[in-house]
Amino acid sequence: MQDAVLALLAKEPAHGYHLHARLRRALGPLGESMNRGQIYVTLARLERAGLVVGERAEGLPERPERKVYALTPAGRERVAAWLAETGWPKPDLAEFHLKLAAAAAARLADPLELVAAQRRELLRRLREVQQAALAEPAESGAGPLLEGVVLRLRADLRWLDVCERAWSGAGAEGG
Amino acid sequence: MRGPVLRARGLVKHHGRGQSLVRAVDEVDLEVHAGQTLAVMGPSGCGKSTLLHLLGGLERPTAGEVWVAGRRIDTLSERALARLRRRSVGFVFQAFHLVEELSAAENVELPVLLAGRSPREARRRASLLLDRVGLADRARHLPSRLSGGQRQRVAIARALANEPLVVLADEPTGNLDTAATLDVLRIFEDLRAAGQTLVIVTHDERVAATADRLVSMRDGMFVDDTRLTAAHPRGLGGLGGMLGLGG
Repeated sequence: MQDAVLALLAKEPAHGYHLHARLRRALGPLGESMNRGQIYVTLARLERAGLVVGERAEGLPERPERKVYALTPAGRERVAAWLAETGWPKPDLAEFHLKLAAAAAARLADPLELVAAQRRELLRRLREVQQAALAEPAESGAGPLLEGVVLRLRADLRWLDVCERAWSGAGAEGG
Repeated sequence: MRGPVLRARGLVKHHGRGQSLVRAVDEVDLEVHAGQTLAVMGPSGCGKSTLLHLLGGLERPTAGEVWVAGRRIDTLSERALARLRRRSVGFVFQAFHLVEELSAAENVELPVLLAGRSPREARRRASLLLDRVGLADRARHLPSRLSGGQRQRVAIARALANEPLVVLADEPTGNLDTAATLDVLRIFEDLRAAGQTLVIVTHDERVAATADRLVSMRDGMFVDDTRLTAAHPRGLGGLGGMLGLGG
């Protein structure tokens, strides 16, 4: 989130509440839980790190919501570095994979049951995101994000199919 | 009406015999209540399409019973069965099955006319339903002038023509691209909200996720039965939790 806030300031200096509104708009229903306090906490951290400066309007008390924040040269460099970066979140599949293996080895649980329970949970999430996606107006900026979450969940559901195939029949000799 | 709209008991369907015997549906019990949307998922060949055909009276079971709105249908005569399919069940197929010589509106009017209602009533229903699926401006088009997604929407309008007790959809998005799939999902979501009883056979998780309830089928049997609407602590506001949005 720090990088996103910095990048939003690249165009022009802005108040925290303005940044909050822009983030909320970009995230659509996925941003509803984000509160303004988080933005001010982030801005305070960025200010301490010398990446932004907050300027208080004249004659007003020293409070974060009164400040207009602007990028420093270091902040600008960090935005450029962020844009050039190709890091990507790693899907954590190993944990579930090991859960199945351990459950089968110690006969703690039926791996197929674990797969089925996980599938139910992912389908409920998929339903939730999809209902949000269908309700989102076509011009919403959050459309591609919701679609991305849907695609992720579908990929995970396919992977659960792979797990199911691997553990059906194989379950018996898994121990 | 009391009791389930659809009920199957000990439903069995075998194809072939001897060495090549296939147990397409193997001792299935199912109840679908009014207003429920049910998705049936499973790999191809698991028997889900056959199940749908049995529920809608398109095929007869090898053993077991099928009841529609409290009436047993697997023992009906062909004629009575045809009448039931026309009036009480709406079908949506993967390949649309529209009459190519008839316009979109005429395709929707056809089942209304076949049910013995007036041409005026048929026109009224067609216009209403094409509007509902967002195709009011395509009413006079022949299917050949419509995209795949538009054809499927006409097929859904046709399935609804006689206000069926239940709509049965067999891989309704199987031939559609993503945008057209979303259009169909939106219609299913509307139908669900309007309380239309709906059974959808699909291998597309997105389609399944529009349902209230999901059954998984393997080798002709149900292996899981899930309520997707089960009480859930996470409301819309918690969607952000899926992204790990934090400070």
